[in-house]
Formats: sequence, structure tokens, C-alpha cells
Amino acid sequence: MLRFALGRLAATVVLLLAVSFVVFALLHLAPGDPARNLLGPRPSSPEALAAIRAQYHLDDPFISQYLRWLGGVVRGDLGQSIRSDEPVTTLLADRVTLTLQLASFAFAITVLAAVPLGIAAASRAGSVIDRGVSVAAIVGVGAPTYAVGLLLLYVFGVNLDVFPVYGAGEGGLDRWWHLVLPAVTLASGLGALVFKLTRTAVLGELDQDYVAFARSRGLSTRQVRALVLRNAMVPVVTSLGLVFGFLFGGTILVEVTFALQGIGSLLAGSVTFKDIPVVQAITLLTAAVIALTALAVDLFSFAADPRVRKRATT
Amino acid sequence: MKRPPLTPILCAVPLTVVVVCAIGAHWLAPDATEQDVLLGVVPAGTSGHLFGTDQLGRDILQLSIAGARSAVVGPVCIALGSMLIGVVLGTFAGYFGGWADLALTKYADLLLALPTTLIALVVAGLVDGGYWVTVLVLVVLFSPTDIRLVRGAVMTQAARPYIESARVLGLGRLRIMFRHILPNVLPVALATMLLNVAFALVAMSALSFLGLGVGPGEPDWGRQLSDGRDLLGRNAAAVIVPGVLIIVTAAAINLLGDWLQERSVERAGRR
Repeated sequence: MLRFALGRLAATVVLLLAVSFVVFALLHLAPGDPARNLLGPRPSSPEALAAIRAQYHLDDPFISQYLRWLGGVVRGDLGQSIRSDEPVTTLLADRVTLTLQLASFAFAITVLAAVPLGIAAASRAGSVIDRGVSVAAIVGVGAPTYAVGLLLLYVFGVNLDVFPVYGAGEGGLDRWWHLVLPAVTLASGLGALVFKLTRTAVLGELDQDYVAFARSRGLSTRQVRALVLRNAMVPVVTSLGLVFGFLFGGTILVEVTFALQGIGSLLAGSVTFKDIPVVQAITLLTAAVIALTALAVDLFSFAADPRVRKRATT
Repeated sequence: MKRPPLTPILCAVPLTVVVVCAIGAHWLAPDATEQDVLLGVVPAGTSGHLFGTDQLGRDILQLSIAGARSAVVGPVCIALGSMLIGVVLGTFAGYFGGWADLALTKYADLLLALPTTLIALVVAGLVDGGYWVTVLVLVVLFSPTDIRLVRGAVMTQAARPYIESARVLGLGRLRIMFRHILPNVLPVALATMLLNVAFALVAMSALSFLGLGVGPGEPDWGRQLSDGRDLLGRNAAAVIVPGVLIIVTAAAINLLGDWLQERSVERAGRR
């Protein structure tokens, strides 16, 4: 166990280092002079450019710039935003709560709706319900978040006037009320994905010999179902990394669609503005969250599934 | 008595309409980008403007017809390009194995670990490229799935008796790879390409919704949605028409691809 865990941890660190290198290189990949890019809209006198070059050590070799930047990141210093002239960490701290609330709301809706539907569809495979929900899932997984969001906004916000159209509310219950439409939008795509994963996993387990054996031994339907579900949850949980990736991509679009001031809309705005330090920070953080999720999932399946354990040690 | 396949027929109808619009945009919607700022926003149903106009006084119907072009051309190129990479690299990896296989799977794993939307947004946004740079970025981001798919299919084919006998007959490696294995992999590849077109359509229009990809003022569904966001109260058709078009097109391609995929899996099982 320890050897496996350490191996996976090392692999995650290597992956994150590779990502951080690429993320740092973004500054130099963007067209134009990095100093001018970092200066942003401020007047670019030779003195100002020289000051920026000195502040960011732009005349140092690339590798030592990278190491200096990485050292700052490790100590929690993500640099200065060009657009608002504030430390990036302050900007992120201001906005992270809303994004986390939105993401967890959508995630809760997804798990509560898609997992039971997936189980139901798989246990009645081929039925009208199964086909209906499966087609809906194919449509949902492919439907673009922002188009769904705008249509929901029109129907429930403008036409029926049930939900607020803009903004994130005052906090408390009002906040959650404002987040209903965005969360449902985000959950529509995510739920379709989770539904598909659950249905495939349960179907795969129902096909196994042990199910036929358990049935022929006279185990009750309920007992068989408990066995199947426990085994089927392993592939569903291991896809969590994929689900988180989908969630992050969706959050950007949903926040822009509903004018929510979260991390996603900050990223979209910073990309258009070429606020490179902010873009670097958000990209790196997202990659870190996804890589750590993948690591946790691997460790979980190692602990939970003897088959994985056997494969990893042989 | 075989049931006529309902899915492909139902999907073909909207797709044909979209493709016709994409090809014939010049004739069907000659005034798509014609602005009439003095006219401004008029609601749907106004005479001469079935779906009304947007802030710049552009006709929503014509704009949506013309938008089919950028919605179809880029995604088709993305699917073709990424499958080309997938077939070449995947066949090599699956057939030769060894270090080439290891390197390619690691590369695919790395790209798959990152969220596509985020990477496409960051790279396309910072490089400041137009439509075709975005297409190129997405080709690179889509290729790992195709590499993996073709690699897996090639590996199952390579273990079959007919490849064994081809080898015994002394046929060259390249000939076996491209003349014997590849035709058997193509059905799966074709279905995946269709699904990729749908994904690419959604990804491209997401980027133009965020203000990247197509230039301002060009007809594009994603851009129409972001422009029309503030018009929901005055002319909702500015959002509903392109929104429904994207959803229906993506759904039709997805359902068709799914149907093709199931069929090719069934066929492979029978063989």
C-alpha cells in the first residue's frame, strides 16, 4: 500500500511540475513583449518598462525566472493582477466561495438525480424508461451549457419570472435561490455524463457470473442488488476526475452566462484582458485540484478494490 | 421483418438543413451581416424580419443561416484532423507496441488529464489567434481520445487469425497495417468522428460565446448567444433561434454517432 501510494504521489508531483512549467511559459508564449504585456494599459514609457523588467526579473535566464516564480507559488505568492493591481490571492479569495457553492450545488443535484436514474435504467435495460432517459442523456451531454442556461433564463427568469435573472444575491438563503438556475444548468450536462457512467457500470456488473450465481443460490433481489451496487460504484467513483474536469469547464460558461462573479468568469475576463498572472494562477490551481482528485481516487480504488490491488502489486 | 431505422432518419433531417445552410449561406442569407443601426432591435414577427433583429439591426434569421457555416466547417476539420493524427499514431502504437506505444499513451494520458474547455480558452485566448488557430488547438486537444481508440481497435485486430495468416504469407508490415487492419477499424473511427464533430461544435461555439475564435461581427451561433444575452427582454428570438440550433444540431450528430457506434460494435461482435 505504502509503495503504491508513494509511487502515485511522486507521479502526481511530476505531473504538476510539468503543468506548472507549461503554465509559466504562457507568459512568454503570448504574442508581444512580456514586459509590455505585464504593464497592461499603463503608459509604456521606457522607465516603466525597465521597472517591470526589473520587478519580474525578465532579463534573467528563463529557468531561473521559472524557479523564482515556482518558489513564490509554493509560498502562496501568486503574483499581482495586471487588471486590478491587487494580489492574485486576494482576487481568488474574494471569488472562490461563490464558485464552490455553485459547483457543490450542481454536484448535489447531479448525484441525487443521475445516480438513481442510472441504476433504474440499467436494471430495466431496454425498457421505454431506459431508452427515454438514455436519449435524453445523449442530448444533455452534448448540449452546450450556455445555450441551455440562456434558454432556462428566458423561460424561468424572463417569461415566468420565478427566478432572479442576474447576480448572486445577498448571501444566506437568497444566495442559494439565485444559484438555482445556474446549478440546474450545470447539472444538466454533468448529470447526463454521470447517468451514462452509472448505467454502464451497473449493466456491466449485472452481466457478471457472480450475479447469476447469487440468484441461483436463492439470494433475494435486494441482497443481489446490494452486491451489484457496491461493485458498480467503483468505476463511477474512479471517473470522478473526469466529472471534475467537466464541472470546471462548465463553471466558466455558467458563471459568464448568469453574470456570477466567481473564479470561472474571472478566468474568462482575464483571458480576454490578457491578465496573465491571474490566468496562470487559475490554470495551475485547476490542474492541481484535478490531479489531487485523481490521486485520491486512485488511492481509494486501491483500498476498496482487491482486483486493483492485485494488478498494482504484480 | 426489419424495423426501419428511425434514429438516423430523424437525425438526418435537421443535419441536412444545417449543411445546406452552411453551403448555400451566400445565396440563402446574402444580407446576414448587413447592419441597420438606426433600426436597432425589433421583436420577432416584424414584417420583413421573421425573428426580428439584434442591437445592430441585423436580421436574426439570416444571421442564423449564415452562422451554420462557422458551426460546421471548423468542427468537421477538427474531427478529420484529430482522426488523421489518431489513425497514424494509434496504428503505429497499437501495431508496433514497445516504447512508441508507451510514449504515445503517456502523452495521451497527460492531455486527457486536463479540462479541454479551460486549455482551449487559455491557449486560444492568449495566442490571440482567430478561427483557424482555435481549430488547430482543438485538433491537438481532441487527438488523444482518437489515438487511444485506434490503438485499442488495432490491438484487438492484430491478435486475430487473419492477421496471423497475412504475416505467414510474408506480407509487409505497412501493407498489413493499412490494407488489412485499417479497413476493419474504420467503422468505429467513423462513429467516433461524428461524436467528435458534435463535441467540437459545442467547444467552438463555447469559445466564441466567450469572445474568442470568430472575429466580431462575423455570423456565428455562439457569438449570437453572447450578443443576445442582454436582449432577452426585447427580442428573445435573438437567443432562442441560435440556442435551439446549437442544441438540435449537437443532439442530432450525437444520436447519429451513438447509433453508428452501437451498430459497428454489434457487427464486430457477430464476426
